[in-house]
Amino acid sequence: MKTRLTLLLGGLIILAAGQLTVAQTLRLPKTVEAGAAFSIPSNGSGKAVLYIVGPAQVLRRDVQLGETISLAPGDLHNAGHYLVLLVGSFTESGAFDVTAARPTALSFIAKPSRLPVDLHDGISGVAYVFDTFQNLVLQPTQVSFQLSGVAGAPQSRTVSTRNGVAWTKMNSASKEGAAQFTAQVAGVADKRVIQQVPGDPCRLRMNVRPSGQRLELETEPVRDCSGNAVPDGTIVTFTEMYDGGEATVDVPLKRGVARTEMPAYKGATISVATGVVMGNEIRWGKE
Amino acid sequence: MQRRAIWKLFLMACSVLATLFVWGSDQPAVRVEPTDSVGPRTLEKQTETAVIRDYLQAWHSLSGALDQNRADLLNRDFVGTAKEKLTDTIREQAKLGIQTRYRDGSHDIQLVFYSPEGLSIQLVDTVEYDVQLLDHEKLQTTQHVRARYVAVLTPTEVQWKVRVFQAEPE
Repeated sequence: MKTRLTLLLGGLIILAAGQLTVAQTLRLPKTVEAGAAFSIPSNGSGKAVLYIVGPAQVLRRDVQLGETISLAPGDLHNAGHYLVLLVGSFTESGAFDVTAARPTALSFIAKPSRLPVDLHDGISGVAYVFDTFQNLVLQPTQVSFQLSGVAGAPQSRTVSTRNGVAWTKMNSASKEGAAQFTAQVAGVADKRVIQQVPGDPCRLRMNVRPSGQRLELETEPVRDCSGNAVPDGTIVTFTEMYDGGEATVDVPLKRGVARTEMPAYKGATISVATGVVMGNEIRWGKE
Repeated sequence: MQRRAIWKLFLMACSVLATLFVWGSDQPAVRVEPTDSVGPRTLEKQTETAVIRDYLQAWHSLSGALDQNRADLLNRDFVGTAKEKLTDTIREQAKLGIQTRYRDGSHDIQLVFYSPEGLSIQLVDTVEYDVQLLDHEKLQTTQHVRARYVAVLTPTEVQWKVRVFQAEPE
């Protein structure tokens, strides 16, 4: 009875062990580069089935035990953690990692695509580095970022990747125009175009000239703080206050200036503004 | 004779219990490292919660998809490269008559990068899981695995989806 119980318990343990583990360990490389050829030595004789299993890829091969099992270049090309199982007259198992090959591709995100000039850290660039099999290259890699515009020296920065990603921030140039934002790694470059547009008007000044019963109002060319012409179509508002009354005219910039006519009331106060910028104020005539 | 039948029943019960023990718990233990140093973009608590929720859901989808060899189950939680690679694995599994069952037992998640424009977030997960390999429905092995996964998630209309999903050596 005692012997039978021992045997049954032993059987149960072996059954459980068979479910959860395998008896022997395969001699495997610790890591293999994606797409590289490698081999697995095997023991014993007879036929067996080799399984290499991971979420990223799965392989199944009929093999001859006692021979070295060769995997050709490209057979295993997705980076990841793999379980290996060799099922023959007995079962062997192991695990290894496939790591990314050398960098050959970039995923480059540059934002925004359009921004005002002279903005500190206004442009961001993020580069994910991949190999030829679209594996994220997790080994630290140097990524060069360069922003070259219509004027001034290009801004350059070299950043090492961390977990496959490198990022930087750049200033927009002081002159309007298209800038080329480039990320480069190991001879592979990816380019984005960033449109740099004039900023808010910096100084707004108008002049007034009488014309019969009316006043001709005209701004000086409207520019941002870096001297770039503010785009046509930007609205300039003229306001005239007189005898408790008020008149307002919104005028779009045309060829860099805004002009309009308003009634000439003696003692009227005329002001000009665009966006959040106030211009000069003129008091017309005297009561 | 009767005693033998009782032992057989006992053996079967043990097997069922063991299976239930290994595969029964649906919810993995999840630990999230403090996110104070995540950058360069500031990570709001709401975003963090959504990213972790969607990433764990992605593991659930992956498990079902690889178990049933159904690539359509990936649509909800994966996009881009990650989805393409997992779809290829499922196609290959189906061709070979293989199924793999992944059951994640625990996750130790660290959010490591939130891009300045908010279009990608990266996390590193030390995950422990069990894998069962079935060849033509015959169980070949069950293995316990501890691995370090790197995932990049990107926002879609209503959720974060996994775009890069890759294990790396610990």
